[in-house]
Amino acid sequence: MYESGFNKNLSLKEKFFGLNWGYILCIVILTAIGLLALYSAAGGSMTPWAKNQLIRFVVSFFLMLFLALVDVRVYLKYSYLAYFVVLLLLIAVEVFGHIGMGAQRWIDLKLFKLQPSELMKISMVLFLAKYFHSSTLGQIESIKGLIAPVLMALFPAALIVLQPDLGTALMLLFTTMVIFYCVGVQMWKFYVLGGGALVFAPIAWHFLHDYQKNRVLTFLNPERDPLGSGYHIIQSKIALGSGGVFGKGFLNGTQSHLNFLPEKHTDFIFTMLSEEFGLIGGTIVILLNLIILIYGYLFAYRITSYYGKLVVIGLNTNYFMYVFINIAMVLGLLPVVGIPLPLISYGGTVMLSVMASFGIILCMDINRNVNLGRQSFHDE
Amino acid sequence: MNRDNDKGKLLLNRTFVFACFSVVLLLSLIGRLYYLQVVEGEKYKTLSDENRISTRVLIPPRGRVYDRNGELLAFNDQNFQALIIAEQTPDIDKTLESFKKLVPLTEKEEMKIRRDIKNNRRFVPVKLKENLSWDEVSLLQLYAPDLPGIVIDEGLNRVYPMGIYTAHFLGYVGAVNQAEMNDDPLLSVPGFKIGKSGLEKLWEKDLRGHSGNLKLEVNAYGRVMKEIEHENGIEGKAMHLTIDSRLQKVAQDAFGQESGGAVVLDVHSGEILAFVSVPSFDPNLFTTGISYKDWNDLLQNERKPMTNKVISEHYSPGSTFKVVVALAALEAGVIDENTRFGCSGVMSLGNHKFHCWKHSGHGPLNVVGALKNSCDIFFYEVALKLGINKIAEMARLLGFGSDFHLGFDNMQKGIVPDKEWKEKYLKSKWQQGETVIAGIGQGYVLVTPLQLVTMLSRVVNGGYAVVPQFTKLSLKEKSKIKKLPISDKNIEIVKKGMYEVVNGEGGTARRAYFNVNGAKMGGKTGTTQVRRISMKERQTGIIKDENLEWRLRNHALFIGYAPHDNPKYAVAVVVEHGSSGSGVAAPIASKILKTAVELGL
Repeated sequence: MYESGFNKNLSLKEKFFGLNWGYILCIVILTAIGLLALYSAAGGSMTPWAKNQLIRFVVSFFLMLFLALVDVRVYLKYSYLAYFVVLLLLIAVEVFGHIGMGAQRWIDLKLFKLQPSELMKISMVLFLAKYFHSSTLGQIESIKGLIAPVLMALFPAALIVLQPDLGTALMLLFTTMVIFYCVGVQMWKFYVLGGGALVFAPIAWHFLHDYQKNRVLTFLNPERDPLGSGYHIIQSKIALGSGGVFGKGFLNGTQSHLNFLPEKHTDFIFTMLSEEFGLIGGTIVILLNLIILIYGYLFAYRITSYYGKLVVIGLNTNYFMYVFINIAMVLGLLPVVGIPLPLISYGGTVMLSVMASFGIILCMDINRNVNLGRQSFHDE
Repeated sequence: MNRDNDKGKLLLNRTFVFACFSVVLLLSLIGRLYYLQVVEGEKYKTLSDENRISTRVLIPPRGRVYDRNGELLAFNDQNFQALIIAEQTPDIDKTLESFKKLVPLTEKEEMKIRRDIKNNRRFVPVKLKENLSWDEVSLLQLYAPDLPGIVIDEGLNRVYPMGIYTAHFLGYVGAVNQAEMNDDPLLSVPGFKIGKSGLEKLWEKDLRGHSGNLKLEVNAYGRVMKEIEHENGIEGKAMHLTIDSRLQKVAQDAFGQESGGAVVLDVHSGEILAFVSVPSFDPNLFTTGISYKDWNDLLQNERKPMTNKVISEHYSPGSTFKVVVALAALEAGVIDENTRFGCSGVMSLGNHKFHCWKHSGHGPLNVVGALKNSCDIFFYEVALKLGINKIAEMARLLGFGSDFHLGFDNMQKGIVPDKEWKEKYLKSKWQQGETVIAGIGQGYVLVTPLQLVTMLSRVVNGGYAVVPQFTKLSLKEKSKIKKLPISDKNIEIVKKGMYEVVNGEGGTARRAYFNVNGAKMGGKTGTTQVRRISMKERQTGIIKDENLEWRLRNHALFIGYAPHDNPKYAVAVVVEHGSSGSGVAAPIASKILKTAVELGL
């Protein structure tokens, strides 16, 4: 089935020691900072958030290790299948979401809420990686070669917009575009797309929900509605700014503890951290994320297979999107779109999804010298 | 394979570009963080403090007011109110029921309480009842275990222990209205009260004191988390009045059911020893909130309890003005002690006839006799010789037409008419007949009781320009009192006349005579018409005062001083519609002066 290009099968022990422990250390430190923040957000208590988050991290950690130690060829083999399964799940929650009570967009796994849209972010990367792995440069540069991946990206994105979860849908599209860019789609196609977007933006504006329109308008001018939608971002800036260089001290953030800061344990957790630990604390969190990002790029550089490189680039981009959008949002640089800060914000879904990504990235790195060859599209 | 190599290279190049881009983006976040936390940090620190710190202004105790003997006339009493904090009781209804058993609530009050509880957040205290009695407070404390969520809050109420006796000069306090608001934060504190009239209003700045501060940390919903700073206010300045509360009480009681005003001065300093306006009102009613009925009663009463009759009402001085006319004439030299005019009971001027109160006439009288008998004809003649402007000049010298810069906003200046005054205000020429009636204090001239007593004080103290005072004068201030250009000899002549009024055989106020260890009083009566008597009535016989309804009867006036030999006290009494100066006003004045002498202030 596979081309006989790869050198050897790695043993489980070799794989385990092949794990990049520096990378994992950064993940653990960030999670620990997150636990401290959740402890503080609860007014100095492990409940209700820190304890749950710790359990979820431990579970997710084992999932990460499992995914890292899986045979790399399994990913390649089931990349398409995974995509379609997740797509079906997405359609299922869309349908049942309408039929069922309210708009439930997740599958309850007790400890975690499984959101197909989160899974889609990963499976989309795997799908595109396999697709471009199998394509020739000629196919990539042709219009015809792009039709399938564009449709495969737009369809789930459209489903997610309908949920409605504009933030996740946009993230998915951004990641897709970065992959398109990296594999070498010509720049003029992006310019055409950008021009098209400018033309259609006013039309799209029409289809946005009122609350989505409000968020954008409020982002452009938070003082527009200081008690309503603008309240979050104004209070976030006050909390951050008043932290100064050294912060107000652990458990001493007045904005967060006196409840002026909304969503302090989820979307606005970076604000709370920066209020209590100041510029120093905020910078450390950003730098740790930067290290994780750079690790990812280094992995992508040293992985030999095209598929592996692309998977890592895609998942890395996904992670970057989370971090950048969340922090830029609480700093008042982007509209409030409801994207959490991975590893730190309270929430099972994102924890599960980023830890799974890290597992896959680690797997690609462990097997960086395994030759996956180049498959043609019709091989499977 | 070549194409595959290109594909790999392109991936590497493009990824490198994007990697750099993403790293720069993340680093830019640190820049933004630096901007918010360092560059704009101070601004946000202030905003954060504004968020969390709620400053409450604490009301300082209002300055106390004492009389000249250190008797308290106004102070602040603890006022207890019961509040309920909904979140601190497991069952609001049960707690309210228990409360009602101890402190009854009307149905209306209970409805308001339930509405307040519903409309407020559960941690906001809602007022159940204010002005709790001491018994009620003790009961509530005793049964505190049955009353979860009920707290007793302490405030201060202004109390006037002498109530109706001090109302007209102290005034009262009340809630701040919109027009009185300024940038003093105290004024916007709920429950804060400021002086609304009298000295409470005049001395507001001194009495108010300085507010304290309570800084509290609150959360986003306004719940108090902890106290950050507690700075008590500074009590307002204590004020010491010249009023003697004993004399004040006697003076006010001397009026009985009558309506009017009386004021007693120390003739050497102008210090006000008593200040009476009756009927009065209870200023304590205003502190706890006056009922609609009580307020209406005060306003509807024809005897005007809310009007300060000592400074806000003016009256014709009537015959009391003869003191001024006599002194003016002596000073101008138009008469001397021996100048006599014959009184036949009537005097003609042109077509007009001017009558003496005594129809049969007094016969020939000098100035002392004319004062003693209050002969009108004598003063008609004197006034004609003197001219209105000389009379007005002396009247002003003695304090008429002035408000003495006391500062009350409800003060009348009265009217001292002269030729210029009439041309200016009535746009017509002065008539000689008007001079004639001005000679007996009728016509345009209008005065307040305070001006009357000041005039008398200036005469009997030897011509010193004292000014009415509510606070004691220092020795230095006393020595600065100006001597008026009036000769002692003439003052003695007028005093002799006033002595005869009370002490002389047949004097008009002979009945008011007293002698306390040789201290006797002198004075002058006055009775002034408040209605016009028509020619027809004059021919058919003037209706007797006691047959008229109250509001048409004559005003009764008396000004008096004591002791005659060495004057110390002066009093002016006006009894509205009291009919007779000698019969009604003089006995009141006599009683007041006698008490003052006995007290030996």
